[in-house]
Amino acid sequence: MTTEPIDLTLLEPVLQRYHGRRRDALLPLLHEAQAVYGWLPETVQEAVSKTLRVPLADIHGVIEFYTMFYNRPMARTVVRICEDVACQLAGCEAIHKAVSEKLGLQHGEMSEDGAIAYERVPCLGMCEHAPNALYGDKPAGDLTVTAVDDFLAGTYPEPAAKIYGEPKLKLFRVGQMDPLSLDDYLAHEGYVGLQNAMQHTPEEIIQWMDASNILGRGGAMFPVGNKWKFTRAAPGTPAQKHIIANCDESEPGTFKDRGLMEEDPFSLVEAMTLAAYVVGAENGWIFIRGEYPRSHKRLLNAVEKARAAGYLGKNILGRAGFHFDIEVRLGAGAYICGEETALFEAIEGKRGFPRIKPPFPTTHGLFHQPTAINNVETLVAALAVARIGWEAWAAYGTDDSKGTKWFCLSGHVNRPGLYELPFGVTVRELIEMGGGVKDGRAIQAVLVGGAAGRFLSPAELDYPLTYASSRNHAFPIGSGVVMVIDDQTDMRHTLYHLAHFFAHESCGKCFPCQIGTQRQMEILHHINHNGGPQPGDKERLLDVGFTMTETSLCGLGQTAAAAIVSAINLWPELVE
Amino acid sequence: MSETITLKIDGREITVPQGTTILDAAAQLGIEIPVICYHPHLTANGLCRVCSVDVGWRVQAAACVTQCANGMNVETHSEDVCRGRRTILEMLAATVELAEAPEILALLQEYEADESRFAAGERRTAPIHDDNPFYIRDYNQCINCWRCVQVCAEDAQYTFALSFDGRGFHTQIGTFMNKGMTDTTCVFCGQCVGVCPTGALKPKRQLLLEQGWDPDSIFEATRRKRKKT
Repeated sequence: MTTEPIDLTLLEPVLQRYHGRRRDALLPLLHEAQAVYGWLPETVQEAVSKTLRVPLADIHGVIEFYTMFYNRPMARTVVRICEDVACQLAGCEAIHKAVSEKLGLQHGEMSEDGAIAYERVPCLGMCEHAPNALYGDKPAGDLTVTAVDDFLAGTYPEPAAKIYGEPKLKLFRVGQMDPLSLDDYLAHEGYVGLQNAMQHTPEEIIQWMDASNILGRGGAMFPVGNKWKFTRAAPGTPAQKHIIANCDESEPGTFKDRGLMEEDPFSLVEAMTLAAYVVGAENGWIFIRGEYPRSHKRLLNAVEKARAAGYLGKNILGRAGFHFDIEVRLGAGAYICGEETALFEAIEGKRGFPRIKPPFPTTHGLFHQPTAINNVETLVAALAVARIGWEAWAAYGTDDSKGTKWFCLSGHVNRPGLYELPFGVTVRELIEMGGGVKDGRAIQAVLVGGAAGRFLSPAELDYPLTYASSRNHAFPIGSGVVMVIDDQTDMRHTLYHLAHFFAHESCGKCFPCQIGTQRQMEILHHINHNGGPQPGDKERLLDVGFTMTETSLCGLGQTAAAAIVSAINLWPELVE
Repeated sequence: MSETITLKIDGREITVPQGTTILDAAAQLGIEIPVICYHPHLTANGLCRVCSVDVGWRVQAAACVTQCANGMNVETHSEDVCRGRRTILEMLAATVELAEAPEILALLQEYEADESRFAAGERRTAPIHDDNPFYIRDYNQCINCWRCVQVCAEDAQYTFALSFDGRGFHTQIGTFMNKGMTDTTCVFCGQCVGVCPTGALKPKRQLLLEQGWDPDSIFEATRRKRKKT
């Protein structure tokens, strides 16, 4: 790569559009600038600084934080291959080896002509297609060593949806319609839910939500009715309130929201509009992780088409004074931005450091204004209630856990995929729906709830997947992850990769997580690679785990040891 | 604010104005909760978490940023609280050089922290930045307390010369594209040096005196001759 002089005139048309905007335009402008040059040279950063009036040091700090921004020359096409748990179970190291050899590149390197670069990356949220990768913006799944040539030529086909289960209250349009067509959406009960809802007062809809008992589906389980109620009651005009769809799905093993965003993106736009109607908010934001290019494109298309047809904007559905619009924001490689306050910081153009809570988002969210931030599935569940009525919703599931839940079935099963099922299905039943364990092997462990979840032993597979069962048996429903691990798997290897993920994704703000995730990974690395555990390893892991759980600032640190400690409790011999 | 809050800290009742942090309320009772990143004149960010206390919540609460609430029952030195503190200190000791951080060294002793417990782990290292006549930056001693970044920004100086490199364990204080301080917006006010709790930021003169230089030689080496016109 020669160091050609940077032609700033190429950036001028972009800068023109951003002139007069402020710091919250930083991430979008950096994305656009990087699209021009392939990376972010110093002079480009200086031009960005002048345009948005953001200090140079802060721009530097932001670029350093997000792994998909580069302040060194980088190839136009970056090949990103997942290295996390589900892909490890599917043998992704063979793909890494083949790609690395074929390109003659190690992780983080680019070819001499600057055309292509190779990176090992954290979970790409396509675990049902493991081992998976991105070739630039093009997703690839179920990769094999023999397919690597096609993949590197950019000719390997994009993966098709693997979505199953009954009843599909939230995913019923999948496969039935063109995800890019608003007309098709309207022909499939599009905007029925919002129209139903608008026959009623916001207070009545909050009652529906309470009756439907929809808890936050991102993993935090906060009741959606309360969140909307509190944000509605918070001081401020609709112009000062925000609805955010948290589309930063990045928890290893989780790919549920991607399924909806790719196959039925208009429903998220409608669901956010419903939330806006209930809360009384005019500003909508979709914040989507940088590694979801296909979801990003389809959501952008959905928002633009909805706006053009008057479903976003002023006086929606003819209701005078009901204004709402959505801005789509793209992340740039930082799992922590799925933490709601870190997500606000990212939209505001800062490093994704989580904030101290309280105050809570319902009163002090984005721009310190009242904000209802919901997971994609939560929003779409609320929309399903508005469409079919809460009684019909509550007819599914259990008394304690009403309606349906999306489960992300991955690992050693014959038919991994996204399953929409009523609450109450047991772990074993779900695995059987997925065609059972691959090659007829026995189950060693099942990771439920996510990388921050817990391992179940083979004796625990008859636990129903409900909130009550989750409380009784001390496992999280989390983001709906059910990852099956067969008896041939080295659990120490799996634990190391979980720890590696959290060390990579810790933001570095609070000490226990910043250092603890590193120490946890190091101990599991030497257990895994240097001949097994040494005296004191178990105690060190438990002390680090306890300390991160109890004293970390945000949910990432508080759960970074959860699965690992659960494995130590079940199988102490792994670390003794 | 007229409203008051009544709570118990280590079994002793206290009434404080609404908005008082647990750290301040405890201090009023003469109970010392340890802190590392906290500085009374700067925005508290709850970074180091050694001030974490048990308030009966799902997890512990950082006393520097948690406000007292009515009926709260705070334990500042329970076994669990001390376990967390000791572990944070042990991990920190294996990460950066603390020889010039006497307050942290005292905490290591107080909490019987074993400095060698995580010694097999990676240390956070950096070259020493000696790029201006006023101060040196030795980030081998930097604990990421953010005080320098804060005084350089909205907490005092509004100069914005400092930010961060990297992320997670590999986070370090940094400048725009790693430039030397004279090529940044730094105005050499010295506030960052003043609030640094370790030896990471140090006046150059102090460093040279420690190295045995005499004041005249230091003057020769660090001052430019005044131009006579």
